[in-house]
Amino acid sequence: MSLRMKAIGALSAATAIFALAAPALAQDVAVRGEIVYTMAGEAISDGMVVIEDGIITAVGPTSDTALPDGIRVMTARVVTPGLIDAHSTVGLAGYLNQPGDQDQLESSSPIQPELRAIDAYNPNERLVEWVRGLGVTTLHTGHGPGALVSGQTMVVKTHGETVAQAVERPLAMIAANLGTGALESESKAPGTRSKQMAMLRGALIAAASPEKPDDGDGPATRNLQHEALREVLNGNVPLMVTAWRAQDILSALRLKEEFGIDMVIDGAADAYMVLDELREAGVPVILHPPRARQYGELENASFTTASTLSEAGIPFAFQSGYEGYVPKTRVVLWEAGVAAANGLGTQGALASITSDAARIIGMEDEIGTLEVGKHGDIAMFDSDPFEITGHVTGVVIEGVVVSENPR
Amino acid sequence: MKLGQFARGCALAAFAGCALATIPAPLFAQDRPVAFTGATIMPISGPALDDATIVIQNGIITAIGKDAVIPEDAEIRDAQGKVIMPGIVDTHSHIGQVSGADRSAPIQPEVRAMDSINPRDSSIDKARAGGVTTVNVMPGSGHLMSGQTFYMKLREADTIDALAVRGEDGRMLGGMKMANGTNPIGETPGFPGTRAKSAALVRQAFIGAQPYCDGREETRDLAKEALCEVMAGERLVHFHTHRADDIMTALRLREEFGFDLLLQHGVESGDVAARIAAAGVPVSHIVLDSPGGKLEAMNSRISSAADLERAGVLVSLHSDDPIIDSRMMLRQAGLAVRGGMSREGALRALTLNGAMQLGMEDSIGSLEVGKDADLIVLDGDPLSTFTLLQETWVEGDLVFDRSDPEQAEFATGGAGTTSQGRSMHHLEFEAAAMESDQ
Repeated sequence: MSLRMKAIGALSAATAIFALAAPALAQDVAVRGEIVYTMAGEAISDGMVVIEDGIITAVGPTSDTALPDGIRVMTARVVTPGLIDAHSTVGLAGYLNQPGDQDQLESSSPIQPELRAIDAYNPNERLVEWVRGLGVTTLHTGHGPGALVSGQTMVVKTHGETVAQAVERPLAMIAANLGTGALESESKAPGTRSKQMAMLRGALIAAASPEKPDDGDGPATRNLQHEALREVLNGNVPLMVTAWRAQDILSALRLKEEFGIDMVIDGAADAYMVLDELREAGVPVILHPPRARQYGELENASFTTASTLSEAGIPFAFQSGYEGYVPKTRVVLWEAGVAAANGLGTQGALASITSDAARIIGMEDEIGTLEVGKHGDIAMFDSDPFEITGHVTGVVIEGVVVSENPR
Repeated sequence: MKLGQFARGCALAAFAGCALATIPAPLFAQDRPVAFTGATIMPISGPALDDATIVIQNGIITAIGKDAVIPEDAEIRDAQGKVIMPGIVDTHSHIGQVSGADRSAPIQPEVRAMDSINPRDSSIDKARAGGVTTVNVMPGSGHLMSGQTFYMKLREADTIDALAVRGEDGRMLGGMKMANGTNPIGETPGFPGTRAKSAALVRQAFIGAQPYCDGREETRDLAKEALCEVMAGERLVHFHTHRADDIMTALRLREEFGFDLLLQHGVESGDVAARIAAAGVPVSHIVLDSPGGKLEAMNSRISSAADLERAGVLVSLHSDDPIIDSRMMLRQAGLAVRGGMSREGALRALTLNGAMQLGMEDSIGSLEVGKDADLIVLDGDPLSTFTLLQETWVEGDLVFDRSDPEQAEFATGGAGTTSQGRSMHHLEFEAAAMESDQ
């Protein structure tokens, strides 16, 4: 949040005066729910969440919770933390699906970890508004499938007019892709799975040593690609490897073992075939949307994979992922609902798009649960959140009401 | 259609239809009556019945109601706590690896979907697992006219002959797939480059077939024969169309050539619902999770089905499988309810309305005595996320049973339920066509 607060701090004096004149700060609101899923302990019946200056200052039964004077109180049947989409391309991939709004893939070279997500994100993209209205307050978004190392990802809130206002983590992960989706055509490399791994290992080895000056002294020439990969090698950010088939998941785990890096397995259609290996490696999974089309590398995908991972004790979260055609994005609320109906249940499905998702994207200190000190990000519903006939009745991001028309 | 024309049509259908009509129908597997008892029955044609019974025999519904008489020899299936409703009628699907016209020309009315469908494809098993019992399987939308569609009942069978829906004369039934807007437009030689050219090519094709329809041409022509069937109202036009102005173009063509029309998709149909209603034209609609993915889907809204319902349009909801998985049809109907459609309207849109649109309401689409025993058994509210489909029955046969672990795989995905991407042919084709347009 610090980046955005800085940005807001830099606003003109006129704005500051306007804010002072308001009866309560724009980032103050209280939300009362018949059921409040805090995702930190038991759900609260008739609960209240108080947000002041964008931060949660009180959570508890309504009868025990004091309200600041003049604060706006919103009400809903069900209240949850703001939803988290653990991996998306929304904001880089636009809804028109025309060349001008598809910035999730740069295909000039197979390894480009230096591509920053912040340089491609359009906070005013209609899909951002679309998922926000459906409860998503945080996106882990960035470069997509289609290249061996397609670029960087970042964490943003779905609110803010500039990327500086929206961003939480300018660099969250480096996105790598294994399998047929990241093979190049004709005689370009990589043309095989073996070549993918050889190139990936080579790139990490090349990045391992700092650049040396060409002439033996003086400053070395910076190498943006190496700098980005060193963030992974130094343990600052994980390598997110999108791998669908069991063999590709295991290749990724070999890479983790060899370089001792943090890793997140993404996609993972075959995850249920390699449960022991995933558990032993201690890697979390950002699972494909259950309704991702079950063909090609996803031909073994199943609506039940999430409940299988849950039973196996492997941490996972849901993603909207990347869609190349219609519909242009999945909605994690609706995807988690499919898993909820196929063995995961409401609590487990909710965790996969709130608390567990926050942990996997490294944001658990700020978001994912309704606890004092965390961001005031809230989704409101008029029924069980996963009932497809129900509605999201309100969305709050850091105390700002960003949506209140039933969606 | 004049007599000579009919004779020619029958000759055309000799391999497929007229001859087969004389082959005796197979004995129904289900000659012992089956009674589902204690269920909540949603007949769709009337109000829901609690704690009611439905009896089926020889592929037909023989009794339904709270006091339905159960034959002595009936197999009793306790359906307490279950909901029983008609099988889903999917008015627009691409299951079975269907294809149609090739890239040699934009108008190919002579090609038939039935000649490309693989009845053993797992997409058909998955559709059964989703409760689909009747399907209009269509070629894609990359042509102005991509061929004859195929109406299919998802019986436990693996040949086209055995899956076909037949008319009284024994002919296999289907419509004609047409499309306008951006999908048929492209660089391929002979294909239109603009909307106006698209309409002109279609008009020329219909006008060119007129002398043939009037019996003034002797040499048999498969393409003109099919166009004559369309203009005679014997072959329903399934018109892929999205943008409001493209919808109006489809209505204009219908006016000029007098064909029966079912608007397909109609992403912007909610915006011109009153005009569609005034024309008395039905809509087979799609509800999408998000806008975009192609220019024509940019204004997709989950509320348009409700707009059509309010305007009095006969609306069905379809899968367009693989755009929406056949197993998600109840869910997409739920999304339409989220967008303001009535619950009753949404369930009708999955069943009876589609049956009416395909001209099959006498045999399917609702649970009534005398209709086909096509039904689904659910463990709860059809529109609840948490409800799982337990059984699908087609003409008295249990064609999907979740309690069988092997079949349950078809309900969830998992190993063995796909066909190495072959069933994605249609989608790949559309996506590739879109890319080539760019």
